[in-house]
Amino acid sequence: MRKCYFDHVGTNPLHPDVLNAMMPYFKEEFGNPLSVYDLGIRARDAIEMAREQVASLINAKPSTVVFTSSGAEANNFALRGIALAKQSHGKHILVSKIEHHSILNSARFLEKSGFAVTYLPVDKYGSVDPEVVKESITKETILISIAHASSEIGTIESIKEIAAITKERNIIFHTDAVATTGNIPVDVRELGVDLLSMAAHQFYGPKGAGALYVREGLRIVPLLYGGIQEGGRRAGTENVPAIVGMGKAAEIAKNEINKRIEHCKRLRDRIIEGALKIPNIYLTGHPADNSDKRLPHHTSFVVEFIEGEAMLLMLSMKGIYAASGSACSSKALKSSPVLLSIGIPSALAQGSIVFSLGIDNSDEDVDYFLAEFPHVISRLREMSPFA
Amino acid sequence: MKFVHDIKVDITADIVYMMCPMHLLKLDEMIKMVEDGQVIEILTDYDGALDDIPEWCLKTGNEFIGMDEDEDYYKFYVRKTAA
Repeated sequence: MRKCYFDHVGTNPLHPDVLNAMMPYFKEEFGNPLSVYDLGIRARDAIEMAREQVASLINAKPSTVVFTSSGAEANNFALRGIALAKQSHGKHILVSKIEHHSILNSARFLEKSGFAVTYLPVDKYGSVDPEVVKESITKETILISIAHASSEIGTIESIKEIAAITKERNIIFHTDAVATTGNIPVDVRELGVDLLSMAAHQFYGPKGAGALYVREGLRIVPLLYGGIQEGGRRAGTENVPAIVGMGKAAEIAKNEINKRIEHCKRLRDRIIEGALKIPNIYLTGHPADNSDKRLPHHTSFVVEFIEGEAMLLMLSMKGIYAASGSACSSKALKSSPVLLSIGIPSALAQGSIVFSLGIDNSDEDVDYFLAEFPHVISRLREMSPFA
Repeated sequence: MKFVHDIKVDITADIVYMMCPMHLLKLDEMIKMVEDGQVIEILTDYDGALDDIPEWCLKTGNEFIGMDEDEDYYKFYVRKTAA
């Protein structure tokens, strides 16, 4: 049976060149980067090379990249680290309602710790209106965090416009760029952000490696206390193989990004066109023809009368792997807050499904999918008491 | 402890919130970057630096000029006097 992996926003397979770059650091190059002898020095040099590669992908200085264990850690670090560092200037934070759980739950933690948080609404496409951001700022606002793109509905936000607002008012601006880094061009100078989160496994790197870009001169309170790794900003012996892998993945992504975008966009558009021929299925997020507003590898739908989880199971029996929302919501079997925020009724939100593409997908995968998907929906609707 | 104000500095390291012993590693790094007679400023919130930086100066033969305080961090001033 054919296997079609359409869950690239969940995670990506490791690029073979990334695995090759990592292998020596699992074996003979096992040194602790803080050790003074040659084994340690080589591990340290490998980390610094990875830092340069990741920095180059986002057009930053290497010294502004702090490695973390994941995108979630980078998001926690940004929110909590800046809130604590800036609390003497104010205690108000803005985040959008459709942020990843690592942002929303960090915001909730900060609320319990005495900060005020405003959760910004989004329009029917999931876009945050920069005017709403402007109106929500108070004298107490110290930090704003808006994701670069949503992994659930593929919407790319107007980060540059929001950054112009925050810069004018001297407010720190963080963007969660886990869904975008390595998938579309991400340039911290052009975006104008102060902090930006990334995760290696979203661009064919390994799990266990992420990074936070921290603009030069910005003070941030550490999340993990201990030794002086990452310039005294993040303690813990570095995951050298994963960091090396992230660096290599960043280097490859930088070289191949245009090719990847073109490849995925074409497959994406075929899926959207084909899927929308099925009755009572709706695209969520921006239409594909608004291409600077939708991730090039992302399609998301809500299907009437059936549940996303049932679709996932039946599709997986056909060798097609997808997601029914964010990896976290999917497990929790609850309506996605993202879909509710864009005005999808709760019952319809149950029929959510996300197909996200990658360099390992082909036209044959899409042909196979488009042949199977209508049958899966028909069978489930036959069984549905609501159809 | 000697308190000083309005010191003219040649180079500053802002290591506020960075973990111990970054203040000593930064001093080591910066002392190599400046000329004899030039002044280094270290900004840190680490209380241990109150003892560590004057001690480091004694040990290395550099001049500890003194310190100042800002809202929530310290400023330390060191002149390179040891070649």
